[in-house]
Amino acid sequence: MAEHASHVPGLAHHFVNMEQQREAGTIGMWIFLLTELMFFGGLFLAYAIFRVTYPDGFLQGSHLLSVPLGGLNTVVLIVSSLTMALAVYYSQMGEKKKVVGFLVLTLLLGLVFLVVKYFEYKEKFEHHLFPAMGFYAPDPSHLAVQYHQQVRVFLWIYFAMTGLHALHMIIGAGILLTLIIMAHKGKFTREYNSPVEISGLYWHFVDIVWIFLFPLLYLTGFHVGGGH
Amino acid sequence: MATETLEMTAEKRVTYLNVSHTVKSWLLTLDHKRIGLLYLFAISFFFLIGGIYATLIRLELVTPQGDLMTADTYNRVFTMHGVVMIFFFLIPSIPAVLGNFLLPIMLGAKDVAFPRLNLLSWYVFMVGAGLFMLTMINGGIDTGWTFYPPYSSIYSNSQVTLAGVAIFITGFSSILTGLNFMVTIHTMRAPGLTWFRLPLFVWAHYATSLIQILGTPVIAITVLALALERTFQIGIFDPKLGGDPVLFQHLFWFYSHPAVYIMILPSMGVISEIIANMTRKRVFGYHFVAFSSLAIAVFGFLVWGHHMFTSSQSMYAGFIFSIISYAVAIPSAIKTFNWTATIYKGSVSYDTPMIYALAFLGLFTIGGMTGLFLSALGLDVHLHDTYFVVAHFHYVMVGGALSGYLGGMHFWWPKITGKLYPEVWGRISAVIIFLGFNLTFFPQFVMGYLGMPRRYHAYVPEFQILHVLSSAGASILAIGFIMPIIYFAWSIKYGQPAPNNPWTAVGLEWQTTSPPPPENFNYTPVVETEAYEFEHVEEIKNAGAGEVKRRHKESRKKNASRQSKNCQTS
Repeated sequence: MAEHASHVPGLAHHFVNMEQQREAGTIGMWIFLLTELMFFGGLFLAYAIFRVTYPDGFLQGSHLLSVPLGGLNTVVLIVSSLTMALAVYYSQMGEKKKVVGFLVLTLLLGLVFLVVKYFEYKEKFEHHLFPAMGFYAPDPSHLAVQYHQQVRVFLWIYFAMTGLHALHMIIGAGILLTLIIMAHKGKFTREYNSPVEISGLYWHFVDIVWIFLFPLLYLTGFHVGGGH
Repeated sequence: MATETLEMTAEKRVTYLNVSHTVKSWLLTLDHKRIGLLYLFAISFFFLIGGIYATLIRLELVTPQGDLMTADTYNRVFTMHGVVMIFFFLIPSIPAVLGNFLLPIMLGAKDVAFPRLNLLSWYVFMVGAGLFMLTMINGGIDTGWTFYPPYSSIYSNSQVTLAGVAIFITGFSSILTGLNFMVTIHTMRAPGLTWFRLPLFVWAHYATSLIQILGTPVIAITVLALALERTFQIGIFDPKLGGDPVLFQHLFWFYSHPAVYIMILPSMGVISEIIANMTRKRVFGYHFVAFSSLAIAVFGFLVWGHHMFTSSQSMYAGFIFSIISYAVAIPSAIKTFNWTATIYKGSVSYDTPMIYALAFLGLFTIGGMTGLFLSALGLDVHLHDTYFVVAHFHYVMVGGALSGYLGGMHFWWPKITGKLYPEVWGRISAVIIFLGFNLTFFPQFVMGYLGMPRRYHAYVPEFQILHVLSSAGASILAIGFIMPIIYFAWSIKYGQPAPNNPWTAVGLEWQTTSPPPPENFNYTPVVETEAYEFEHVEEIKNAGAGEVKRRHKESRKKNASRQSKNCQTS
């Protein structure tokens, strides 16, 4: 029993065949993404409730975010989803060079996103807009005083949601790095490529979360205020 | 003669227990059976801790005055009792111990789908448990296990943040176990083992996994938000800072109500196995019992608002939550009626697991029916936060979930350890637990209805007689719990070696050896029949009562001799 399993590279001993292992990995990742959805879901619920409770504060808060930078990051992530999909495609074709190339490209785009995010966060800290330590005192010349607390609620939601998303991007970058090393060593073949495929599912999920975050956080002001 | 040959062959046979003996081989094991035992040690420890806190509570409540501890200490004691018992004992109990051990064997697989993830889940649990022990040493928490803000986020002077982080981490072990089980059930079934041939234990664990996967991430993000609010003083739940305290209650109960089903569903799976095998009948209405598990999991997500009838939740939301809470009683009732119908005209043997199963039926029915009182909008306002609620959920959690866990431990103990526990002591302790339990918690229904609020260390003298009865019952209950710990430990060294199938039960786990080999089976099992297909079941049904007993004994003897023959040939 154990003997025939050890002949196939990449097949764990407790699976009968490659197909079973692949299926287990794919279902496992989909279920994991379901848990992720519920995890982010708690914050999306908080967003919905506070946006209804504090529409003005959310309008004010949204104006503090940079639409060009957020928009740039949206484009960067959509393109990275394309390069990830191509990496999955070529891994199934067994074209090692192209797999490595597109994985590197995806990783670079992910890093671009994180660098842009870093500058956005830095700017918030410098203007005392981080909702915890050193948050600005109410100042009539800066923002309407009555919205001070509401803007703070908006900003913690902004930092919690984008921070959690950025954490997932960092984990994703680590996964991509591992995949690049594995692909470079020639671990993936036409028969065995499910790590690339299920990592792709993860990467697309993280992208999709951002697709929701961008309009909800950055474009709220546009919508309510009729554009600036 | 037969036992001699068994002993002889048992020494030669490689089992999951004797395949290696180093500490490292246990701590780095990827074998689901060993991981199940690792969990068993961890949760047994926490059961003792939770029990000590319960003892302190019952001691304090013997007299109406707060003479053993201050109000603040009492707050910490009941909170720690709740948190330890729920997050560190009941939620992992059956899935992580019996589920881990049995699920792959019942599916005819060599292991769960992701063995490394399985070991990781134990380590994650231990890290969370370690942090919680740290909380305990630092004085514990005093918020109640419900952690309602703004008390928990701003005012409490106890270790709320640390406890929150501990529960956050422990939650991931629960998620990983659920994910692993779900994938295993989907992909690792033996040839011929179709969905409707699965034992009901597996169906129950599938439903449980669904709740763990969908619910646990929500409590994770909630306690994380609570810890953030407490650390950085930002307005999430605290109304003074612009937060919404009712939002916390919604998020908390969105997980914590389904969590009740994480605790009871696996227990229901155990009861299905015990009742079928101890009455030698296929579970009545197999499909209904299987689907009622899923129905409980799904409905369970839609009833959380019944914990919030007295909050600022809208009246109309209250109506709907009340109606759906009534609806969730339907699948539970389907199960109870079908188990009863299974016992009817069955060939019942009153071994220890069956006594627990019968206790489960009665106690869970009382616990479930009183749950209907509490989902009635008007009556709940009267009973909210009284001992009626305490009695209700202890009937479900202890009378239901814990009875199932203990019944299952007795039922599969011979398979897990390869040793028989002393049956007479098993029966005595089961009866003691049943009696002690009822004496402890039935008076609490009465005092709750009369208006005794929960979470107070001092009370008006009228309630003393009921509290004394309850504390007396608790001491009997404690004796009942200590007994299995002693005789289980005793049986490991001195117990009779167990045959492969001591109950002449059906199911793949009884076809392999006791204890099983490292890869569960020495062959790839093929399943050709439905679950609970008993040989000669028609004959037994048609025979008289005395005849049934005789046949029963005969079939057991036959089975034992068949097994010793198997051993000799192998």
